[in-house]
Amino acid sequence: MTEPLVLGIESSCDETGVGIVRGNTLLANVIASSMEQHAVFGGVVPEIAARAHLEALRGTIEAALREANIRLQDLDAIAVAAGPGLAGALMVGVGAAKALAVSLGKPLYGVNHLVGHVGADVLRDDGQSIELPTVALLVSGGHTSLLLVRDLALDVELLGETIDDAAGEAFDKVARLLGLPYPGGPHIDRVAVDGDPNAIRFPRGLTLPKDLVHHRYDFSFSGLKTAVARYVETTSDVSIADVAASFRESVADVLTRKAVDACLEHNVPRLLLGGGVAANARIRALTAERCAEHGIELRVPPLALCTDNGAMIAALGAHLVTRGVAPSDLDFAVDSTMPVQTIRV
Amino acid sequence: MILAIDTSAGTSVALVGDGIVAEAATDDTRSHAEHIGVFIERVLADSGVTPDAVTAVVVGLGPGPFTGLRVGIAAGIAFALGRAVPIHGVPSHDAAAVGHRSCTVVTDVRRRELAWTTYRDGVAVNGPSLTTEGTLAADADLRQFPEVRATTISAAMLATAALIRIERGDDLASLTPLYLRAPDATPGNGPKRVTG
Ligand SMILES: [Zn+2]
Repeated sequence: MTEPLVLGIESSCDETGVGIVRGNTLLANVIASSMEQHAVFGGVVPEIAARAHLEALRGTIEAALREANIRLQDLDAIAVAAGPGLAGALMVGVGAAKALAVSLGKPLYGVNHLVGHVGADVLRDDGQSIELPTVALLVSGGHTSLLLVRDLALDVELLGETIDDAAGEAFDKVARLLGLPYPGGPHIDRVAVDGDPNAIRFPRGLTLPKDLVHHRYDFSFSGLKTAVARYVETTSDVSIADVAASFRESVADVLTRKAVDACLEHNVPRLLLGGGVAANARIRALTAERCAEHGIELRVPPLALCTDNGAMIAALGAHLVTRGVAPSDLDFAVDSTMPVQTIRV
Repeated sequence: MILAIDTSAGTSVALVGDGIVAEAATDDTRSHAEHIGVFIERVLADSGVTPDAVTAVVVGLGPGPFTGLRVGIAAGIAFALGRAVPIHGVPSHDAAAVGHRSCTVVTDVRRRELAWTTYRDGVAVNGPSLTTEGTLAADADLRQFPEVRATTISAAMLATAALIRIERGDDLASLTPLYLRAPDATPGNGPKRVTG
């Protein structure tokens, strides 16, 4: 078989993504975001996200076909994110993908959104395909997960994940405390530039020796958020720049420390950083610095492929086709808490 | 042939035309995403045709519980794109009104609320709107026509309703669900205090 032409649909959170790939080559990546509609609520509202997915569905598919300059009949397979994510949002993409697959008589792959974030890395302009095994640190408004990926089609292990808030959520909440707009990440990044990251020593969640026994690679940002709130409430003359910089430093420190530890313990000299929070300047810089110290190769897919998108779903689908993995049965359900071991439903 | 889909109550899919009617349906109101693909495949197989026999798609726009309702509309949009055929959106109550000259169709939309539409001589003249069981019983306007209480919506009937409306020259281009309710969401009203 020549390289498979696959269309991927992503609707797990607030981005409606449709991507088209031919093997490891990106042909189209169209995203419609409902982010602005959530801003007034300070976080993603599931029903608003689901309504927006349905509205954006037809337009994003049509735009992706134009961008890739292909016809639906040309496709070899359809892929769709089946979880984890918001159930009502996922169902829009899954309902569409199933009907599209039947209408075209093509196989359908219901795939894991998180593994899709790793799959995005095969779509690189430099042609340097992802090397495995790799540790993957996936950080966004919806998830904070540390994975060990031995085989993109067959073997993904969860090393740890957040036990409360996702890192992106913590950025949103702290931004609100500081009177900064939603989404918080870019704004905290902006004001932190003028701040001292060591001005305030905020806690590092789950890094004490006793935490490491059961939560070695897990994350917790809820205590950090509370510590920032307490600091802001009890301090006169709060320097927003210092708070932003010190908060960001705590998040970046914990994320990168655990990710690098995972690489060292599992003897894996590669780390992939994915998810929307990969856009955060300090997290990128500190990850790069610590990886370099330990001779770990750091890979960060282009930003448009780090945030939620359909191309990463298509890329994972194409990989499964190439590897001869059988398609999903048509009766699969969405799974809002799909474990990473389930690469394809 | 028309492929009709309604997920405003259970999941119902029908293929109608050329003297063939195939229908696959369940009144399960919790698993639309699981059934939708299987049912579309089944009505095609039962009719002995391939997907290219479908010349138009009709989807029920509700009212009904949102999560399931969207599954059917999304599927209809995608199928129509896949075959490059037109798609028509029809209020789901129209399906229940088929065969009744004048009636008030009433369906349960959860949270102790009912949705209703009044039809006079086969044409929707009022609604869809929300009410409660008590208000409905006391409303003389709503009670002037016989009540059709529907717990399921048939996609085959939806296709029939669509054909009647297409004949009448109605515009069926909108695919926006008949939500009748704003999303549940409260704007963030600032951070909570954590110190006493
Ligand atoms: Zn994601």
